[in-house]
Amino acid sequence: MNHSPCLDSSIKLEPRKIFVSLDTTARSRGSDKVATQVEETLNSQPDLSATLVRNGSRGMFWLEPLLEISTPQGRVAYGPVTPKDVKDIINQQCFNDVVDHRLCLGFTEQLPWIKSQQRLTFARVGIIDPIDINDYIIHGGFVGLTNALAKTAQQLVDEVKSSGLRGRGGAAFPTGIKWQTVLDQPEQQKYIVCNADEGDSGTFADRMLMEGDPLVLIEGMIIAGLSVGANQGYIYLRSEYPQAHAILNKAIEKAKAAGYLGQNICGSQHSFNLEVRLGAGAYICGEETSLLESLEGKRGLVRAKPPLPAIEGLFGQPTVVNNVISLASVPYILSYGGARYRDFGMGRSRGTIPIQLAGNIAQGGLVELAFGITLNELLQDFGNGCKSKRAMRSVQVGGPLGAYLPADQWHTALDYEEFTAIGAVLGHAGIVVFDDTVDMAAQARFAMEFCEVESCGKCTPCRIGSVRGVEVIDKIINPDNNEQQRQDNINLLGDLCDTMEYGSLCAMGGMTPFPVRSALKYFPDDFSPKSSTQKAQ
Amino acid sequence: MAATNEQGLLNITTIIKKHQALPGAMLPILHAIQHELSFIPSNAHTLIAKALNVSKAEVHGVISFYPHFRTEQPGTHVIEICRGESCQAMGSRALETTIKKHLSIDYHQTSKDKQYTLEPVYCLGNCACSPAMRIGDDIHGELDQQKFERILASLNTYSLELK
Repeated sequence: MNHSPCLDSSIKLEPRKIFVSLDTTARSRGSDKVATQVEETLNSQPDLSATLVRNGSRGMFWLEPLLEISTPQGRVAYGPVTPKDVKDIINQQCFNDVVDHRLCLGFTEQLPWIKSQQRLTFARVGIIDPIDINDYIIHGGFVGLTNALAKTAQQLVDEVKSSGLRGRGGAAFPTGIKWQTVLDQPEQQKYIVCNADEGDSGTFADRMLMEGDPLVLIEGMIIAGLSVGANQGYIYLRSEYPQAHAILNKAIEKAKAAGYLGQNICGSQHSFNLEVRLGAGAYICGEETSLLESLEGKRGLVRAKPPLPAIEGLFGQPTVVNNVISLASVPYILSYGGARYRDFGMGRSRGTIPIQLAGNIAQGGLVELAFGITLNELLQDFGNGCKSKRAMRSVQVGGPLGAYLPADQWHTALDYEEFTAIGAVLGHAGIVVFDDTVDMAAQARFAMEFCEVESCGKCTPCRIGSVRGVEVIDKIINPDNNEQQRQDNINLLGDLCDTMEYGSLCAMGGMTPFPVRSALKYFPDDFSPKSSTQKAQ
Repeated sequence: MAATNEQGLLNITTIIKKHQALPGAMLPILHAIQHELSFIPSNAHTLIAKALNVSKAEVHGVISFYPHFRTEQPGTHVIEICRGESCQAMGSRALETTIKKHLSIDYHQTSKDKQYTLEPVYCLGNCACSPAMRIGDDIHGELDQQKFERILASLNTYSLELK
């Protein structure tokens, strides 16, 4: 990929834009220091007449800090860049036609990782300045809202229904049907709640979107408000995302100032107010009813359903609770029509899904594609194998409550029904990769431990079952027990998983058996008795 | 549970007044107090309970439910180590043991010199660059022992170049 773009010398030098990401992961790799160096260079060389833009990330995290420079033919990318490289890169690219720099990756749009994606929801992430309304509009922003303002609520709900969009938070419930239920409630105070409590390990699509293109989420929420007759929205954001928090608040302020939020949005008779509320470190608050309790200022205890939040939600009022990506997909649907979105995907999984490659992966990051790509293609073609350069042994899809899958299941296509068929969950499409050093009994034990820590405590199967689960797994791997005792405990673990799966109030206890059972089923050797030094802890 | 002085109480009263009219004001109030004082002192409970017309037990119940809220003064630097699966896949189990040893504290503890408080966290959303930790509002990724020690040193010197 180290080819250098050759620029036509006849093209007049235009003011350049230099892009360095403000995304959390890019910053964790030092993008702030690179940006500072860019600013210093531009200040000391005014003749460069270039400006710095802090954009979201393109999602190629192994290349961060990525520095991009706009040229008449498109953006040229360099990465990973250190502050020491900045001056050279800027001077060469801003003044010279032919660039031969060891960090030059070529045109960003031509990179295989970017080129082979289908970015609908993430179309602007990594492209625009996230809090610049004009930049958003230039790149197609607010077209969906403009179209929406010319439609009736029922027409809007029908459009979303026709797109086939299903909840991207993991449960995959049809978004249009949820909206219809709220619309059908008599006129009263209704709410739009965005679930931005992205707590699953291995997922960061919500964070990237909120940091890279917060206005698309805001636009999606306004359209949701118009669709069901709600004038108040809340974004329930986890406190672990300080950067997303700052950016969302700035974006909301800008949207308000530009007349997209508040009274009479865009000169219409509609109003919509939006506020970010912070969670406080409780994983369970990603469960929608627990989230609503938390928003009301209470302990995040799960509510029994029914009543559905669509009928009795926040403060007892009809409420749409949608994930960030679901809401952020709506502006595309209203811009181009539900049919165009539905054309992507397979089976009953329509549209695109932002996939996150995480854990022990050489090329970790975000890939947005239509449903249907297989795990193998993602892990090899995009991920390029393990970061440790060892053999890949297991992947967990769908967060801490998702199944662990061995190599012979990686032919599975990303599709809600295909995953269900193999006893797994696609969830929020976070994929965590483990190499051959992983101890799957330790991972199964951790699944129970995590449930013990994060259970809200309301129902017994989850609260007590998780504690017993840790104990039983410890007994299974305890070398002091004989084979009969070991078998008995494996059977006991099966019973316990049944109880949790069928008896829990929500997915926390109900799905913790997924990683446990899959680890035991596909990696039984790891559950053989271990000496005390090897013991998983 | 630690209490706070008169100035602290004055701040708490101001914070409560500012937020109490919000629907579901409890969490915004608790966040604002912790942001101001770095923990939620015990004598804030009565004030919050009164302002929101709930019992003191309910206030305590909410604070104790959420791991983010603290009732004791933490160390100068709160270090949150990610325990998520993605970080485990990149060696965080061994790393957390090393870090605990290095700081001579376990999770939920503060070092004797009041410099560091160590907390577990379940995912910082930095999963493509695991293992991760958070100090203040800074997220650090691709940690190993050497990088951890460099970051720790930079907390006190402010001038270290981190790659």
